[in-house]
Amino acid sequence: MTQILVIAEHDNLHLKAATRHVLSAAQAVGGPIHVLIAGFGCQPVVASASQLPGVGQVLHCEEASLAQGGAENLAQLVASLAAEYTHILAPATAFGKNWTPRLAALLDVAQISDIIRVDGPDTFTRPIYAGSLWATLRSSDPIKVVTVRPSAFEAVPETGGAAPVLQRPGVSDSKLSHRTQLTLTQSARPELEAARVVVSGGRGLGSAENYQALLEPLADKLNAALGASRAAVDSGYVPNDYQVGQTGKIVAPDLYLAIGISGAIQHLAGMKSSRVIVAINKDPDAPIFGVADYGLVGDLHTLVPALTAAL
Amino acid sequence: MKVLVPVKRVLDYNIKARANADGSAVELSGLKMSMNPFDEIAVEAALRLKEAGHAAEIIAVSCGVSACQETLRTAMALGADRSILVQTDVELEPLAVAKLLRELILREQPGLVICGKQAIDDDSNQTGQMLAALLGWAQATFASRLEFTPGAARMEVTREIDGGLETLSIALPAVITTDLRLNEPRYATLPNIMKAKKKPLETLTPQDLGVDVTPRLQWLRVAEPPPRKGGVLVSDVAQLVDKLRNEVKVI
Repeated sequence: MTQILVIAEHDNLHLKAATRHVLSAAQAVGGPIHVLIAGFGCQPVVASASQLPGVGQVLHCEEASLAQGGAENLAQLVASLAAEYTHILAPATAFGKNWTPRLAALLDVAQISDIIRVDGPDTFTRPIYAGSLWATLRSSDPIKVVTVRPSAFEAVPETGGAAPVLQRPGVSDSKLSHRTQLTLTQSARPELEAARVVVSGGRGLGSAENYQALLEPLADKLNAALGASRAAVDSGYVPNDYQVGQTGKIVAPDLYLAIGISGAIQHLAGMKSSRVIVAINKDPDAPIFGVADYGLVGDLHTLVPALTAAL
Repeated sequence: MKVLVPVKRVLDYNIKARANADGSAVELSGLKMSMNPFDEIAVEAALRLKEAGHAAEIIAVSCGVSACQETLRTAMALGADRSILVQTDVELEPLAVAKLLRELILREQPGLVICGKQAIDDDSNQTGQMLAALLGWAQATFASRLEFTPGAARMEVTREIDGGLETLSIALPAVITTDLRLNEPRYATLPNIMKAKKKPLETLTPQDLGVDVTPRLQWLRVAEPPPRKGGVLVSDVAQLVDKLRNEVKVI
C-alpha cells in the first residue's frame, strides 16, 4: 500500500503553483495523499492547500524555525514524519532541490531527482545529460524520496477538495543557518515557470539596454514572462533568476520565443518541451532552428519591434 | 583551515551523450572525459580562499574508477595540494559518494567542503546536501558569493534561488555547493601540470572506509527522448504572426 506525503512550496502567504503540479505526479503514483505545510504564520497557505482536490489530509506545522524554509530544519521535520509514508514528493525547484537530498540521507534512501514520468509506484523516468537522454529507474528503498519537474505534469485545479487539517509539532531550530538578506526580483509579469508565453533573450541582444528596449514591449503585448540564456545572464543583461536551461529554470509554455539565442544544448534542456517554439536569429545555422517550429532569420533589432507592432 | 573539494569525472560537456547498444546504460567507452564543470568552480573557490590566506591546504577527492586519477591530477594542476581517490568499479550513487566523503572528512577534519551543485552527467544535484546531512553540518547550496571572515564561527553565503538571491549565515564547518556565477575557473598552466604529477595522491577503497556502496536504484532503460519534429522557416513577421494566430492558435 502506498501512502504519499507532498511537501508544499510556499512563502507563508501563497501556495506556489509548483505544488499543484507535484500533486498531479502524486496522483499518478496512486494512493492516499497528504500535504505538509511547514512554516510560520502560514494559515493562508493551509487554507489554500485544504481546498486542493484529491488531498486526504493537510498536515500543518507552525514553528518559527520553519519560517524561512531552511534546509536543515525542514529536512529534520520531514524525516520525523517519514515513517508513516512510502513516498515523499517535492517540486524540483530551487526550494525542493535544496533540502530533499538532506532528507534522503537522514532516511538512508536514494533520492530520485526531477522526474518527468511516473512508470509505476517504484519506477520513474528522469532526464539525464541535460535532457539528451531519459533514464527509467526502479527504487528498492522502503521510502521513495522524489522531486518532480513541475512542467512535466499538469497542475491539479486550485479548488474542489475539502481536506481536514491536522496540527503537527514542529522542530526546534538547529541554529545551523539563518537568512540575513533576501533580494527578490520585483516583477508584475507572470512567474517564469508558470507563464503561458515566455519571451527569452540571449547574447544576440548585445546589451541590457537592448534586452529591455526590445523584449519588454513584446512581453507586454503577449502578457509573457521574461527569460534568458546563460550567456545573457553572465553578460549582466538580466538577473540570475531569468535563466532557462539545464541548471536554471525548466519551462514548458504554450509559446516560447527565443530571441538572439543560439541554442546550446544546456539552454535547449530548459525549454524544448514547450508546445510551440519560435526562434529569431541572424545565423541560419544556429542550433535553435533545429528545435523551433517557426524560425525567422534576420536582424532582431528590426524584426522584434516589427513583431511587437504586428501583435 | 583545510578545504576539501570533491571532484567528479564526467563525459566532457561538448560531447552529446548516447545510450549504449542495448539501452541499459550511457555509452562512455572511448569518449573524452573531463572534470565536472561545477567542480571546477568549486576548486577555483577553494583556491581563492587559499590565496586570500583563509585556507592552509586544499584536498581534492574523487570517488570512482582508477581513471579518476586524471581528474585529481587536473585539480592539483589547478592548485590543490594533495588528493585522495576512493577507487571502485561500482557505479556510485550520490548517497554512496556522500557516505565515502563523510568518512574522509571525519579523518581529515576540514573546516569547509566545497562541491559543485550538480554533475552534468546524471544532473542529480544531491551529493553536497546528503553529505551535510550525514555530518549534521550546515549547508549553503547554489552559491554565487562567499564571504569568509577569519576566525569567525560562521560565514555568509549568497545563494541563487527561484525568485532572486538569498544570503545565509551558516555555522562552520559547513558544506557549500557552487552555482555558475560564483567565479570563472582558471586554466592549468603547463608548469603546474608538470608539478601536479609530483603531488601526493592517496588511493583507498570503500572497504578501507567501511562503507557499503551497493546501488539502491536499478537502471531499467536509457533512451533518447522522442525527437521534436523539425519546423519551418518563415519569410517575414507577417507570416509568423499568421502562423501563430491561425495555424497553432497560441496568440
